[in-house]
Amino acid sequence: MRKLWISATYVIFALLLGAPIVRIATGAWADGWSGFASGITRPEAQHALLMTGMIVVIVTVINTLFGVMLALYLVRAPWLGKQLRRVLNSIVDLPFAVSPVIGGLMIVLLLGPDTVIGSLLSRSGIDIVYALPGMVIATLFVTFPLIIREVMPVLQEIGDQQEEAAQMLGAYPWTIFWRVTWPSIQWSVVYGVVLTVARTLGEFGAVLVVSGNILFRTQTATTLVYQDVENFNLTAANAVALVLAAGSVALLLFMEWAKSRRAR
Amino acid sequence: MTNLLQSRWWSWGFRSAVMLYFVVLIVLPILGIYGQSFSDGWPQLVHNLSDTLAWQAVLLTIKLAVIATLINVLIGTMAGWVLIRYRFPGRQLLNSMVDLPFALPTAVVGLMIMLLLGPRGAVGQWAEEAGISILFHEPAIVVAMVFVTFPFVIRAVQPLLEEMDASEEEAAYTMGASKAKTFFRVLLPAMLPGILSGAMLAFSRALAEFGAVVLVAGNIPGRTLVASVYIFGQIESDNPAGAAAVSVLLLTLSFLILWLVGYVQARRMGR
Repeated sequence: MRKLWISATYVIFALLLGAPIVRIATGAWADGWSGFASGITRPEAQHALLMTGMIVVIVTVINTLFGVMLALYLVRAPWLGKQLRRVLNSIVDLPFAVSPVIGGLMIVLLLGPDTVIGSLLSRSGIDIVYALPGMVIATLFVTFPLIIREVMPVLQEIGDQQEEAAQMLGAYPWTIFWRVTWPSIQWSVVYGVVLTVARTLGEFGAVLVVSGNILFRTQTATTLVYQDVENFNLTAANAVALVLAAGSVALLLFMEWAKSRRAR
Repeated sequence: MTNLLQSRWWSWGFRSAVMLYFVVLIVLPILGIYGQSFSDGWPQLVHNLSDTLAWQAVLLTIKLAVIATLINVLIGTMAGWVLIRYRFPGRQLLNSMVDLPFALPTAVVGLMIMLLLGPRGAVGQWAEEAGISILFHEPAIVVAMVFVTFPFVIRAVQPLLEEMDASEEEAAYTMGASKAKTFFRVLLPAMLPGILSGAMLAFSRALAEFGAVVLVAGNIPGRTLVASVYIFGQIESDNPAGAAAVSVLLLTLSFLILWLVGYVQARRMGR
């Protein structure tokens, strides 16, 4: 009986998770090394990967700063009433329930060229939708809860006694944060950051809607894969997809390592 | 004194900036989309939703998401249980692999499933001989949904099983309950809250899934066009009102599910 269950689990994992990964790895090499290399070194692939990299850096920095701060406020701040904090706390999760396409649509509806804000901004020379800022905003929206949801439970668990003690002893808020709070939340922040990077790297629906997928301007790695498939350019699509998949597997391994560190 | 006042001003400014960012980034877009779809009044919204293709897309999405969720409840519960209860070589590896669907970009997932099930893949050839069409038909969409939502049930069940004492199970067993009876009377009730909240999260994610589905679905209106792809098509053909109407329907459904999950979890905590 025991053997049966274990082998059933193995079969499910191999079929559902293993086979697709192997398929993408072999698919990228269908035309040999040159096929893979030309898929990656195409100018449009280089540009798309660069775009993805830029979005990852910007989104991760902004989300880490605001995420840690909001987690602190939502757990600790006495100046937010208890009721208000509960309401805000449930709002944090809303992006999880929003389909990425709908997330992108929201940005287009609010900031698109036909709207008041959008036309004002475009008159002053700033494009939001179909340009980098819109893509960053859409990704920020989608990845918003990740860091907050990692950090908040830890903050709740450790309580605020140590911080209060530090304050009694006359430490500045800044010192309290770095010397008392940060050491206990740092691995959760790392974990949240890794999740954010992985999600940003792979964000597709929201970015596709907001960017318009313009070649050499707003195309990211994932939307390039989509376009390659639509153009039946499967080997090239495989090459870019393999790079993305390798990136996410590496992040996953790092996450496992961070988890074991945090558990210690 | 001036120093203190200054620092208070700073901290107020700082707090307001962070809270403003929160509201502008999250609340405003959601209000915006509800506002957009109600801006022309109820009749217009109903008109947009009564488009045959729109409600067919929504119904198809719900149907396939339910199937995917049921599959995930079965294999997720089993895998979660095996990974916690048994010690066997490769357990750690499998346990790390569970998160893979969350880490992989959805467009990559779509491509992988397309290649696997396509006419040049082994599964595709076999299905073609058997006269079943998988790729660009409903089964491919279900496979994509199952893949993307795979971790939810497992990750929701595992902590409950870890918490549970193995002695309860042993006690039932030594007192003469059969294996099946032990499972249904002792294990299943303990896992049920996790299965339920995991299933609801998986369902909500399956409803919303776009990247993995758009590449494998074929997107034939009325037959394999799911709601998120329908919304995308409406945006592309410059009909934001139609896109917003279906979005609002889908969003309301997801928010209800999210609220339900929160409610179930709060009940458990409060107990």
